[in-house]
Amino acid sequence: MTAGNGKSKSVKFTLDGKEVVALEGETIWQVAKRHGTNIPHLCYSPEPGYRADGNCRACMVEIEGERVLAASCIRKPTEGMKVKAVSDRAKTARQMVFELLISDQPDRKTAARDPQSKFWAWADRMNIATSRFPAHGKPPADRSHPAMAVNLDACIQCNLCVRACREVQVNDVIGMAGRGHGEKIVFDFDDPMGASTCVACGECVQACPTGALMPATLVNDKNVRTGFPNREVHSVCPYCGVGCQLTYHIKNDKLLYVTGKNGPANQNRLCVKGRFGFDYVHNPQRLTKPMIRRDGVPKVPHEYIDPTNPWTHFREATWDEALDRAAAGLKKIRDRDGSKALAGFGSAKCSNEEAYLFQKLVRAGFGTNNVDHCTRLCHASSVAALLEGVGSGAVSATFNEVKNSDVIIVIGANPTENHPVAATFFKQAAKRGAKLVVMDPRGQALKRHAWRMMQFKNGADVAMLNAMLNVIVTEKLYDQQYIQTYVEGFGPFSESIKEFTPEEMAPICGIPADILREVARTYARAESAIIFWGMGVSQHTHGTDNARCLIALSLITGQIGRPGTGLHPLRGQNNVQGASDAGLIPMFFPDYKSVENAEIRAKVENVWNAKLDTKKGLTVVEIMDAVHADVIKGMYILGENPAMSDPDLNHAREALAHLEHLVVQDLFLTETAVYADVFLPASAWPEKDGTVTNTNRQVQMGRQALPLPGDAKPDWWITQELARRIGLKWNYKHPGEVYAEMASLMPSLDNISWDRVERESAVTYPADAPDKPGRDVVFDKGFPRPGGFGKLVAAKLQPPAETPDHEFPFILTTGRQLEHWHTGAMTRRATVLDALEPAAVASLSRGTFAKLGIKPGDMVRVTTRRGEVELNSRQDDGVPDGVVFIPFAFVEAAANILTNPALDPFGKIPEFKFCAAKVEPVATRQVAAE
Amino acid sequence: MNIQDKPRPGANGSGGRRRPPRTPKGRQVDPQALSEIQALLTDKPRRRDLLIEHLHLIQDQYGHLSAAHLAALAAEMKMALTEVYEVATFYAHFDVVKEGELPPPPVTVRVCDSLSCAMAGTERLLKELPGKLGRGIRVVRAPCMGACDRAPVCAVGHLQTFNASAEKVAADVKANKHPRAWHPNVDFAAYQKAGGYALLRECLAGKRAPDDLIKIASDAAVRGLGGAGFPTGRKWALVRAEPAPRMFAVNADEGEPGTFKDRYYLERDPHRFIEGALIAAWVVDAKETYIYIRDEYPELRLMLLVAIEKVENANLSPHTKLHLRRGAGAYICGEESAMIESIEGKRGLPRHRPPYVAQVGLFGRPTLEQNVETLFWIREVVEKGAAWFTSQGRRGSKGLRSFSVSGRVKNPGVKLAPAGVTVRELIDEFCGGMQDGHQFKGYLPGGASGGILPASMADIPLDFGTLEKYGCFVGSHAVVILSDKDDMKAAALNLMKFFEDESCGQCTPCRAGTEKAAKLMAKGPWNVKLLEELSATMRDASICGLGQAAPNPLLCVLKYFPDELSKPLGSW
Repeated sequence: MTAGNGKSKSVKFTLDGKEVVALEGETIWQVAKRHGTNIPHLCYSPEPGYRADGNCRACMVEIEGERVLAASCIRKPTEGMKVKAVSDRAKTARQMVFELLISDQPDRKTAARDPQSKFWAWADRMNIATSRFPAHGKPPADRSHPAMAVNLDACIQCNLCVRACREVQVNDVIGMAGRGHGEKIVFDFDDPMGASTCVACGECVQACPTGALMPATLVNDKNVRTGFPNREVHSVCPYCGVGCQLTYHIKNDKLLYVTGKNGPANQNRLCVKGRFGFDYVHNPQRLTKPMIRRDGVPKVPHEYIDPTNPWTHFREATWDEALDRAAAGLKKIRDRDGSKALAGFGSAKCSNEEAYLFQKLVRAGFGTNNVDHCTRLCHASSVAALLEGVGSGAVSATFNEVKNSDVIIVIGANPTENHPVAATFFKQAAKRGAKLVVMDPRGQALKRHAWRMMQFKNGADVAMLNAMLNVIVTEKLYDQQYIQTYVEGFGPFSESIKEFTPEEMAPICGIPADILREVARTYARAESAIIFWGMGVSQHTHGTDNARCLIALSLITGQIGRPGTGLHPLRGQNNVQGASDAGLIPMFFPDYKSVENAEIRAKVENVWNAKLDTKKGLTVVEIMDAVHADVIKGMYILGENPAMSDPDLNHAREALAHLEHLVVQDLFLTETAVYADVFLPASAWPEKDGTVTNTNRQVQMGRQALPLPGDAKPDWWITQELARRIGLKWNYKHPGEVYAEMASLMPSLDNISWDRVERESAVTYPADAPDKPGRDVVFDKGFPRPGGFGKLVAAKLQPPAETPDHEFPFILTTGRQLEHWHTGAMTRRATVLDALEPAAVASLSRGTFAKLGIKPGDMVRVTTRRGEVELNSRQDDGVPDGVVFIPFAFVEAAANILTNPALDPFGKIPEFKFCAAKVEPVATRQVAAE
Repeated sequence: MNIQDKPRPGANGSGGRRRPPRTPKGRQVDPQALSEIQALLTDKPRRRDLLIEHLHLIQDQYGHLSAAHLAALAAEMKMALTEVYEVATFYAHFDVVKEGELPPPPVTVRVCDSLSCAMAGTERLLKELPGKLGRGIRVVRAPCMGACDRAPVCAVGHLQTFNASAEKVAADVKANKHPRAWHPNVDFAAYQKAGGYALLRECLAGKRAPDDLIKIASDAAVRGLGGAGFPTGRKWALVRAEPAPRMFAVNADEGEPGTFKDRYYLERDPHRFIEGALIAAWVVDAKETYIYIRDEYPELRLMLLVAIEKVENANLSPHTKLHLRRGAGAYICGEESAMIESIEGKRGLPRHRPPYVAQVGLFGRPTLEQNVETLFWIREVVEKGAAWFTSQGRRGSKGLRSFSVSGRVKNPGVKLAPAGVTVRELIDEFCGGMQDGHQFKGYLPGGASGGILPASMADIPLDFGTLEKYGCFVGSHAVVILSDKDDMKAAALNLMKFFEDESCGQCTPCRAGTEKAAKLMAKGPWNVKLLEELSATMRDASICGLGQAAPNPLLCVLKYFPDELSKPLGSW
């Protein structure tokens, strides 16, 4: 929309006898709406992303001099046009359209699918309740999907769900099949929705104007909507780093359903988790009382406690008793063994304020920098390379910038599963004609949209990327001027890249030399090219090297700092960016200020009024090692689940069981909480206020929507109570106060006050002024490094730490699934998500199935040098022969029992993406999942 | 060390027992089906606009489109399953067969049930054929096949049996013939020998200027003969003024019931049409020319393939690339923008206007779209001059028109007659009068959508613009003559059912309107008020001409045959 833009071309015309002005691009409907005439509309949605289709004919208007009426939603006025929206002829036609549609609807009084739908609201407003026409046959209900109720007897063929599925989300599942009155909404080949390729983003449900598509939670057994909310709260999604804004619709303090809101990152879109994955907050396994471990109950590694019945191992306690016990245990260790004997894991699922308080507690209260969180397992290597190369760990451009990109590289990321809403923008860009290059050892949904799919050999990233860099250097496709102005180290870099010719790298990475050349040239020559990456790049012992190559690609070609260009590591957790920014990492204070810099430390000590540790602390995996070494004896773990997320779980769980004192703060009795001495019942995201920062550097406001259940408390409150009990004099009354203190230590948050975030719901940092929007693209004038130069660092080929051999001939790679978040603590307790992916699977190729002589669904045993799991097999054509993929969310077959804890030397990130494994059929049908 | 037999965290705490899916979501590609599709497509491009062409390859080879093949095709073309399915199910000539369903029998007999054939015995054929042909042959209704002068017509496979009887159809089924390229009366050599392509060569050699041809066409008042009658010279000038690259789309999707003139000319003198097309492409400087021919004319399509090859080999098309595209059984694709959608490989949904196809047409480019017959006349008009053409015509109309006459006349067929001729003249002068035993009662002046007029109005000149005041139009000049043996309500119902079947379904007034109107008309007595209200909205609010004109026959019966309304619904 160009409303308010004085420069746009406007058109004068007459609407119902009144002269009006249409701004450039405005339709008659939009102008009428601005002037207070709400013309009926069904197939038209004014929401962003929805093209007017003009098919329902509910919005017809009369235009003088034209033979027939015109659909106002799609028709743009021309100078001097005389439009009548309220003429009898137009009104008669609109009424007849409704009467025709009503004739095929379920009975208004008894069976209207959604009596409050837009369709019935308009019909009521137009006073049409019945139809004089005979009805035609009614299709039966389709209740095959756990999340959505499909009742096509209410469908008016308006096509909004098709546009939702195909043009907005680009999931391409819904189609309009057949023709004429036999025209029908279909999923794939007219399959039941639950058996189709539907990914349950629910965009169609949000778009449907009749109730033909509704969240399953809203309808009764007769498929009539009975659930109506009595209030709504605007907030932001707690799952991934995309940071979709959403609206909770609440009835009697229970979450009824969720809709997408027009946030800068998501523009109303959501994925299955954000739309249908919230009832974990109401799960009966939710713990709402503080608990203390029963005296004499030992901590046994791998012990499983029924999460519905923790009372075998724990007893209920008051907050005072639990907090006193928790603090006393930590204090005792600190005072006895020194600060280095304590450590804390904060969470990227909590707010910025909570992350800030957590690291402040560990640093100022425990007296150590042993504070880390799951960023170590995600993008630590990316951040290491980015800080080294461009001086900042955050993205250089928002993912929405793909709207300006000609070439888009997505490497080591599977955004349709892990950043589904970001993926919709990539797919839209590809549809528009941008060249999408997908680089991943596994085939994935983006492949269909890709201009080139480079399915390279697992672990051969550097070989492939160096070959591309070689092409750009040897063919002089680099941007000489850019390099001279903004880049250092090009000389030695171009020397060292010479040996990596495409011909020599092709057999190593499995991509033919001509493709390597073609993609390198296309990237280098593009007007604007952008690179996205995920864990496939970072979770390697050469993860930092992988990221260095990507940085080098963008630096030598100057594909950074302009619209549509840049480097964007897709951040995993909803607040992994914010938590890292807030200092929840062992080497940095807030805003990546080194803890080993005396000047900075002095400043922080002054603000915090505390004496601080002078050396950087230990990272996640190092902390576990230190527990084994009896160096670390006490831990405070907030919302993290290392008993599932760490590599080599045998090692990690033994460490947790070995701790003298463990305080766990969470929603459920997680696999980690099993080893707790004190359990503190925390708040779910919809139950508290706080800001989070998404992958786009957008600081967004999360608002409390639900009351805290039982005695559960906001996490910031709990952390503060612990801090007080170990001697810190904190007195924050609201997260806003925490934010103010945090922002005072973080120049990146200049001009972004709590009130501003509250007012605008999202502000991108950096922002140049309190009244100016933040910058989507940074590094337009060099980099926050000495001299403003970006730095090139060459990477050498290095094999993964553990390669397949005779005994372990498979490559095991791990990751996530669309439906399950991280270790499954939340998502496996969400009804819909659990129904969609109920158990652990090992994805294998057809070739592997043939080789093992088993059928899809059969049980397999996967073994590595560290352990074994048994789980269901899945035939997945995206998986190469000789590779097994296991998502790590499933406790009954925890992938991380198998993974290799070998670390990247710079980022200290474990090699989750590669280890040697053995895959065997399980002879008997003993289902491990039971 | 692993703990086995432990429950997982469950949604309700009880721990579910559902097994996880064995594959990723939805239908997976079968490797066997994929290799079959790859074998079929060979090295043909996998571009989306070729989807319908590729679907034809499968349908031709396997007699149906299995779900496995469709899924494999989708994968091969990098399309979503639903994108393939919705196109496959839009067109009547594709048979989609899902897992567990029986494929159709190898031979399908289509019985034309459009008006001229219905009058000549469709229902009798539909009753007799299943018994006569036995199991293993599928008998289905189908819309107009463009042989109304030889009604009733059936198509065995896609080869037609004219003046069909159950016996003739049975014989043709037994003969099991496959379409071969049509041998035209005038082939490439004969056409060249008689001066053909000389005009085109002059154009290509720069001896003529596009503006000269535009002037001749304008002076001659040549009009688009697909039905709309848009002045050809003006269309050329409009498209030429649009920015390059420009496209050219030739409409050979003659489908208006009662119309068979394009077929007539293609059978006799196809190169005259091709020369016209190549000249038009030259006039507007279109580098790509797409000829979209209906699937009901397989022999003509094969003939055009041969003819195009000859033309290309003779270097007569250096200025434009000729593409031949095959329809798949959808009347709506005769609508110019729906045809463009179909050429792009999509469902044939008419587009909204503005923008007009001259501005935003095929593949989003400015597009000239013209009908076969319009192009057929170009050479003759240029050679003989504008004055010659305008001197034809009666009652102030100018030019010659090809009337497809069918129904109750003695000698039906394509009648080249002066524009402005009356139906009485057509019957008496051109068609040898009414059939014996039939008394002239009424007529369709312009196919299914042009309305119905009574015998009392037989002296109205037939031309563009002369019939509109009576709620009718001449359209494609398809004249169907009705007699006292024909029930007017039944005729109107036949036509409404045709529109119901052929509506694309896009807009409510047409999709629901045709269906409701047909339902109301099938039961008596007619609710005149409701039918009139409905008709008004269909006319006013439908997106394209199909829905806007669909009520014309109905309204004409209400207006011109009021006495019929009280009679029970008749049949043939």
